[in-house]
Amino acid sequence: MAALQLKGRLWVLQRDGELISDIDTDMIFHNQYLAITDIAKMGQYSFDNLEGFKDFAELAKPGDILLAGDNFGSGSSRQQAVDCFKCLGVTAIIARSYGAIYKRNAINSAFPVVTMPGAKASDFNHLEVIVLDMDKGLLGAKKAEPMSGVQKDIFFAGGLFEYAETLK
Amino acid sequence: MGRTLIEKIIKAHGGGDCTGGDVVWMGIDNRSARDFAGANVVGNLEKYGGDSPIDDPEKTFFTFDCNVPANTIPYATNQHRIRLFAREQNLNVWDVDAGIGSHVVIEEGLAKPGTTTIGTDSHLNIMGAVGAFGQGMGDVDTAFAFKSGKVWFQVPNSVKVTLKGMPAPGTEAKDVALAMLKEFGSHTLLGKSVEVQGEWLHQAELSDCITFSSLGTEMGAIILLLPPNQNVLDAFSMKREEAIYADDDAEYEKEYTLDITGLKPLLAAPPNPHNVHPVSEYRETVVDGVFIGSCTNGTYEDMAYAAKLLKGRKVASGVMLKVVPATRNTWNKLLHEGLLADMFDAGAIVSNAGCGGCASGQIGMTGLKEVQVSTSNRNFTGKQGRGDTYLAGIGTAVASAVFGRIATVNDLEEV
Ligand code: SF4
Repeated sequence: MAALQLKGRLWVLQRDGELISDIDTDMIFHNQYLAITDIAKMGQYSFDNLEGFKDFAELAKPGDILLAGDNFGSGSSRQQAVDCFKCLGVTAIIARSYGAIYKRNAINSAFPVVTMPGAKASDFNHLEVIVLDMDKGLLGAKKAEPMSGVQKDIFFAGGLFEYAETLK
Repeated sequence: MGRTLIEKIIKAHGGGDCTGGDVVWMGIDNRSARDFAGANVVGNLEKYGGDSPIDDPEKTFFTFDCNVPANTIPYATNQHRIRLFAREQNLNVWDVDAGIGSHVVIEEGLAKPGTTTIGTDSHLNIMGAVGAFGQGMGDVDTAFAFKSGKVWFQVPNSVKVTLKGMPAPGTEAKDVALAMLKEFGSHTLLGKSVEVQGEWLHQAELSDCITFSSLGTEMGAIILLLPPNQNVLDAFSMKREEAIYADDDAEYEKEYTLDITGLKPLLAAPPNPHNVHPVSEYRETVVDGVFIGSCTNGTYEDMAYAAKLLKGRKVASGVMLKVVPATRNTWNKLLHEGLLADMFDAGAIVSNAGCGGCASGQIGMTGLKEVQVSTSNRNFTGKQGRGDTYLAGIGTAVASAVFGRIATVNDLEEV
C-alpha cells in the first residue's frame, strides 16, 4: 500500500541560490515528444529542456524527490509532464505552488504533489537524503501543507478512476 | 464566520463547511460534455467506466455546439461516437441543431441559481450569471463526474467587486465587462471566485448577466458570481429563499470598487481581450467583417437589439455581417417575430444556432489583414483566423457594419 511517509534524495531545483519558479510543461517534457504514449519511454526526456538539469534523467534514481519554486507545471495540460517522473521512479514533488491543471493531473493520477509556501533553497542540501511526511506536512524539519483528504482518497486508491471503483 | 457565495454553494453540494484553499468533494447537478473533447470522455468511460459508467442519466448529457452540423470528418466521427454511446447509456444529446450548450442548460432551467455544472467547455463558468457554480474541466475529470456524480475541487479564495454608478445610455453589459478587463487585466483576479455587485447589476436582465459572466475566463477568474437579482429569480420562477446568497458577514480576501458612472462603449483591440480602449479612439478603422453571436452576445435580447438597430438600415457594401443566434429557441423566436427578416433585409448572413464564429470557423475565418468586429470573447492572434479582431458590444458591432468602419451606436442616429 502506498505510504504517506517517503524517504529519498532531494533534488533542489535551484539557480543562483533560488528555487526555480515557472518551470513549465515544455521544460519538463518538451512538446517534440508529445506523440509518445508509452510511459516506459517517457522518463528519458524529463527536464531535458530545463537549463542546468538537462542530465536529470540520467542521474535520477528511484525514490528521488523534487523541490521547486512557484507555479511548477504551468503551461499545457499534457499528462506526460507527470508521467515522465513516475517512469523514473520519482516519488513526490514539493513546490511553493503549482499550475492549476498540472496539480489536477498529478492528483488524479495518484502522484504526490506537496505545497510548501515558504520553501527556500537555502534550507536544504542538494541530494541530501530526507524524509517527507505528507500526513503531517513536513519535509525534514520544515513545514509543508499536509495532503488534503481528497488527495489521500485518490492516492490510496491509485488514481481517480480507481477511486471511483471504491464508491460503488 | 460568514461564508462567501461559492463556499455556500459548495457546502450545499456536500463539500462541508469549507473555505478558500480547502480541497473538497462536491456533487455536480449537471454533468456535460460537448462535441469538443466529448469523444475523449466517452473513451475514458469505455476504458475505466466498468459496468456502470453513468451515475445518473437524468443529470448527464452531451451538447454539440462547436462544429454544427459537422463539416469535418473527425468532428462528424466524434459526434457520432458520442451519439452511439448516449443511445446505449440512455443519455440526452442536445444535438447539432440545439445551439450553445451552456445557454441550452440555462434555458432548460437545469443551471438555475445555486446549482453546480461541469463539462468540457472552458466558458462553463458563465453559470456565475445566475448565481450558480460552473466550471470547465478536462476529459478525465468530466468522465469521472459522469461516473461518480462528483468532482474534487480546491475552493478558490473569494474577492468582491462593487460596481459604482450607472453607465451612459447606449452602453451595454459587454462594455461593463470590458471595463472590468481593462481595470483588472488577466492577473489580478487569477484563480479567484469574484462576487460582483452594485446598482447596475441590481437591475440587469438575465441576458446582461450572461454577457458579463461569460468574460470571467478572459479575466483569469474561476468564476464571476452574481447574486441573483429579481430579474434572474423571475426567469427561473424562483423565490429569493430558494437561491443561495453570501452571508452578510462573509470575509473576502480583497474588495475592489470600480466606478462605471457614465461609462461609454469600449472595445478590446488585438491582440488580447484586456487591450481595452474607448470605441471612439478607433473610429475610422475600416471594417471588413462583423460577427454577432457567441455565448457572450448570442441571447434573444442581444439579437433583438441587433435587429432593432438594423431594421430599415443597410450593411455597408463590401462588409460581411455574420449573425449566429446562440440557441434554436432564440432562432425560433426571432424567426416568428420577423426579426430575422429585419436582419436579412439589412444584408446579414444568418446562420444556424451554435458557437458559429468562435469555434472551428463554422461561419468563416478571417484572412491576413482582414479587420473584424466581433461580439465574442477572444481576440488572440490566430483565434479567428489571420486577421485582426476587435471585441465589442452589439451596438458597436451593428454601427460598424452599417458604416463600414468602427463606429458607436450613437453614430447610427445620423442614418
Ligand atoms: S461561443 Fe465560443 S467561447 Fe462560447 S462556448 Fe462557444 S466556442 Fe466557447
